[in-house]
Amino acid sequence: MDHPPIVSADAVADAVRCAIAQAAVTLRCDVRAGIEKAALREESPRAQRVLRQILENADIAARDGVPLCQDTGTVWVCLEVGERVAVPGNVFTGVDAAVAEAYECGRLRMSVLRDALFDRTNTNTNAPAFCEIRFRPGAGATVYVMLKGGGSDNASRVVMLAPGAGVEGVRRVVLECVREKAANACPPLIVGVGVGATFDKVAGLAKHALLRPVGSVAARPEAAAFERDLLDAVNATGIGPAALGGACTALAVHVETAPCHIAALPVAVNMGCCAMRSASVEVIPWGDER
Amino acid sequence: MSGNEIRNSAPIRLQLPLSKADLAGLRAGQEVLLCGPVYTSRDAGHARILEALRQNGELPFGLAGQTIFYAGPTPVAAGRPLGSVGPTTASRMDFATPALVDAGLIACLGKGKRSLEVVEACRRNGAVYFACVGGIAALLATHVTESQLVAWDDLGTEALRRLQLHDFPCFVAIDTCGRDLYRSIEAGERVSPSVGHLSAGDSWR
Repeated sequence: MDHPPIVSADAVADAVRCAIAQAAVTLRCDVRAGIEKAALREESPRAQRVLRQILENADIAARDGVPLCQDTGTVWVCLEVGERVAVPGNVFTGVDAAVAEAYECGRLRMSVLRDALFDRTNTNTNAPAFCEIRFRPGAGATVYVMLKGGGSDNASRVVMLAPGAGVEGVRRVVLECVREKAANACPPLIVGVGVGATFDKVAGLAKHALLRPVGSVAARPEAAAFERDLLDAVNATGIGPAALGGACTALAVHVETAPCHIAALPVAVNMGCCAMRSASVEVIPWGDER
Repeated sequence: MSGNEIRNSAPIRLQLPLSKADLAGLRAGQEVLLCGPVYTSRDAGHARILEALRQNGELPFGLAGQTIFYAGPTPVAAGRPLGSVGPTTASRMDFATPALVDAGLIACLGKGKRSLEVVEACRRNGAVYFACVGGIAALLATHVTESQLVAWDDLGTEALRRLQLHDFPCFVAIDTCGRDLYRSIEAGERVSPSVGHLSAGDSWR
């Protein structure tokens, strides 16, 4: 029997190192396109000025190789592997060293503390990263990396609704979160919404929703319609860029749904900021004949 | 300098530290360019400033009359005093700000809405809150000409630093009359873009 290709810990660490270096200083091209489009629609000079500053910031960061935002975040890593690929148990062992190296070399900010409650001293390496693994059909492997800022993550929430609350209940949770917290999350936002699964998993759905490109359409027609409805409602708040008033509070609302318990309607909202930092790297598993 | 008399949207250049007269002339919504010294401090630093204030009855390191910038910069890079620097969420400092303003702090700089206690402390003491745009720290760093460590190096990025700003772009978010830009926008009040300040007769309360 043939041995399956293997994704190695070294390959994952290399991918994380490259992704951090890129994401910290380079504005996602879909986000940039969304902001350029928003600038054309804004009527308020102040909102236009903010959007122009966001674009100019991206130019300066790329030109000078400095971070888009001083909050270079916590490192979130998702390794997605094809089902024909074998994963050694130690696949994330090189990640924390890669994070430390990337943050030191990239002159990024160290923002991670040893313990949330009992030891709030800085690790000075920005490790540990927060890692997860997912499986998908087929071959190959992809490393997704997100550098998540504190302001936008703090503006996020999980709510366990009663199923009777339905679509209207989910809509209310999203809009309340935007009204109460958008100003702290650096709009224009990408609003990630998770609905379903369990208390712990629903937040992951919302986080994964932030990886989807701005301007993409949800595969399921009901989801696509709901996303359009939510985006219109979010932008009707008038909160605007930098929460200083305007037509563009969010560039996109992305909704990920999942199965759930008969008694449950879990909802999570994860805010992505105007400097939404993420990158993905394809990893060629060792022994893969592609 | 009355905000209601300003007839163009050009930002106003302000020299720090601000005088009482400068402060009194500011109106929520005005765009301003800050020049001069500010002190960076955020969560952990505010706990220490508050502790020092309680022990000694005055603000440490000559912060009275000065401006605090809620920011934790990235390290030196690209031949600049620091790589990137921008505002963090100001409301996290609401626990300390009224006491600091009562003790003589005259301005702070961050992002997002403040508590009503902070609004009231600004009104009571003739202090202001400036807001700048979050997520544009590479651009904002080009408006910082010097960075000097003052204290609390053990806090890393949260250490107390003295920065020199040059034409640093921001907005007056809370003025000395207690007018509040964020609450006005929330309430859907007309913010006159052509004159760059709240429309006359605004009543956000």
